[in-house]
Amino acid sequence: MSDKESLENALRDWNAKVEKPLAQYPERKSAFVTGSDAPIRRLYTPVDTQGDYMEKVGLPGEFPYTRGVQQTMYRGRFWTMRQYAGFGNAEESNARYKYLLAQGQTGLSIAFDLPTQIGYDSDHPLAAGEVGKVGVAIDSLADMEVLFDGIPLDKVSTSMTINAPAAVLLAMYIAVAEKQGVAADKLEGTIQNDILKEYVARGTYIFPPSPSMRLITDIFAYCSKQVPNWNTISISGYHIREAGATAIQEVAFTLADGIAYVEAAVKAGLDVDEFAPRLSFFFNAHNDLFEEVAKFRAARRVWAHIMKERFGAKNPKSMMLRFHTQTGGSTLTAQQPENNVVRVTIQALAAVLGGTQSLHTNSRDEALALPTEDSVRIALRSQQILAYESGVAETPDPLAGSYYVESLTDSIEAGALAYLKRIDDLGGAVKAIEQGFVQQEIQDSAYAWQMTVEKNERVVVGLNKFQVKEGAPKGLLRVDPIVGEKQCAKLAATKAKRDGAAVAAALEALKKAAAGSDNLMPPILAAVRTYATLGEICDVLRGVFGEYRPSVMF
Amino acid sequence: MERKIRVIVAKPGLDGHDRGAKVIARALRDAGMEVIYTGLRQTPEQIVQAALQEDADVVAMSILSGAHNHLFPRVVELLKEKGAEDILVFGGGVIPEEDIPFLKSKGIAEVFGPGTPTSATVEFIKAHVKRG
Repeated sequence: MSDKESLENALRDWNAKVEKPLAQYPERKSAFVTGSDAPIRRLYTPVDTQGDYMEKVGLPGEFPYTRGVQQTMYRGRFWTMRQYAGFGNAEESNARYKYLLAQGQTGLSIAFDLPTQIGYDSDHPLAAGEVGKVGVAIDSLADMEVLFDGIPLDKVSTSMTINAPAAVLLAMYIAVAEKQGVAADKLEGTIQNDILKEYVARGTYIFPPSPSMRLITDIFAYCSKQVPNWNTISISGYHIREAGATAIQEVAFTLADGIAYVEAAVKAGLDVDEFAPRLSFFFNAHNDLFEEVAKFRAARRVWAHIMKERFGAKNPKSMMLRFHTQTGGSTLTAQQPENNVVRVTIQALAAVLGGTQSLHTNSRDEALALPTEDSVRIALRSQQILAYESGVAETPDPLAGSYYVESLTDSIEAGALAYLKRIDDLGGAVKAIEQGFVQQEIQDSAYAWQMTVEKNERVVVGLNKFQVKEGAPKGLLRVDPIVGEKQCAKLAATKAKRDGAAVAAALEALKKAAAGSDNLMPPILAAVRTYATLGEICDVLRGVFGEYRPSVMF
Repeated sequence: MERKIRVIVAKPGLDGHDRGAKVIARALRDAGMEVIYTGLRQTPEQIVQAALQEDADVVAMSILSGAHNHLFPRVVELLKEKGAEDILVFGGGVIPEEDIPFLKSKGIAEVFGPGTPTSATVEFIKAHVKRG
């Protein structure tokens, strides 16, 4: 009798033995499911892991990268600990960055306020009440100079959460570096630059899809020559998940967007191995620990095959899915907020076990307000405890070979591939978004989740079980309402000081370039250097490209 | 036939977080109400215009960006100017508890925080709607 037969026989006996006492001592639930609603069997054994080990799992740093993109992973160095931060004006945010660096953070992550993200200056009527609220307000190069004052840009890597106007903020960053005497080819960092997920989940779009895709491929082309160590895009599932998607949908819709960007760049005449090594990804980490670890592993495997087989990439770096992770904001509760520290730790653990390249851990008070300095420190310390004390970083992909985790990895891969096929059939991600397919899928999942919580089918500790009477939370961070006025005054001062003719000429040149087909990065950079404002630059582009008008549904 | 309660679900300001607004919109519809969702980036003027045009009984707004103190009261103010102060206005989102008394003093009937069951919102509307 083979090993397999003897296991199958033993399993049959075991199942028979288990069934009997169940009548008297039933399991906690009639059905066990993952966060994606996939059934979880009672037991996982070698019977549940099929296929060839080398082909499916392989070794760390080798195709299909299921076990991670580097050979030794965190034995070489830990993931980059990168807390997303920014609020108020550039001075306040600069102080927070210096604080975080002093606390042992290893990279910066810039949060911009909504007017900046949507390409409005702080004095725009639509910016009223929003300036400096969810991030730092940046109107011109003058603000950017203050933001990075005393932070040597050749020594830190900087991630900027900026999408529709990504080219403008990247240009400002390059210009600040020039003033510090740092050449563009020495710069390291990331711009999010992922417009497709803005249409479905995050909402900071400006232009319609087609010119937006052009801006993105212009950045790919420019950076491959001028800023070679820059991650030109962070293809993001984070916000898709926050909007309600399941883990499977998060992988599927993110990779579908990735396919659309690669196709657009190839169509624009770029060689796949020239830009693909600088593509990066951004995922969420929720509470379902094993499903999350499996999600990261499955995403790497699926992307490696797509790049190799669909796009004919030759450079292994083009096939490696490198990613940032942020813990799940939507999983945090406003009730008993201290409990969120534990949730964040579980989620961060999933990200580390899943082989993330960098990590933001949310602060306990994020369901209530922007985090205070104390909350941010606890969140950062949670990462440091995982890194230095837990031992989980000492060998790559330590859950590989777990019958359960390998089986989950396979099922997430299968679920994602099924979605990718549907999206291909609709004509790709852009078409699927234009038709509302992706949005509808996400909304259905969000609603289903809400209903399972309201029916107490899912327990959220402190929310629908184990509640306590609580007073109002104390010591929350408040952005000074005066920040908007101050920022407008600063903007007016900048405009008064600059060479108006140079600004007008630079904006005119940008307009011409936008109407034609030249790469837009050089004229944007030229405009930024004259202290043309973000709003002025985006207005020129709005004039040429038009604005995106979504179809509303729920 | 009894007229259904008509609700405008709106996202004032630049905030793009609309998971909550969409879940609420669907829950209200499932509870038998007529729901119009405005979509993102609405000015108070646009929201009020939609409420008048649609003959709404209720305006439900969601903000997670911190701009609530600026935008919520403006909607109530404009409704008053148009003689539509009998429209029930309430809000939700990430709103610090210390802001709630101010918002209520400005005519926001209720403020719902994260974790509120949709059934609570449905009950609130049924208990407080003045028109319809």
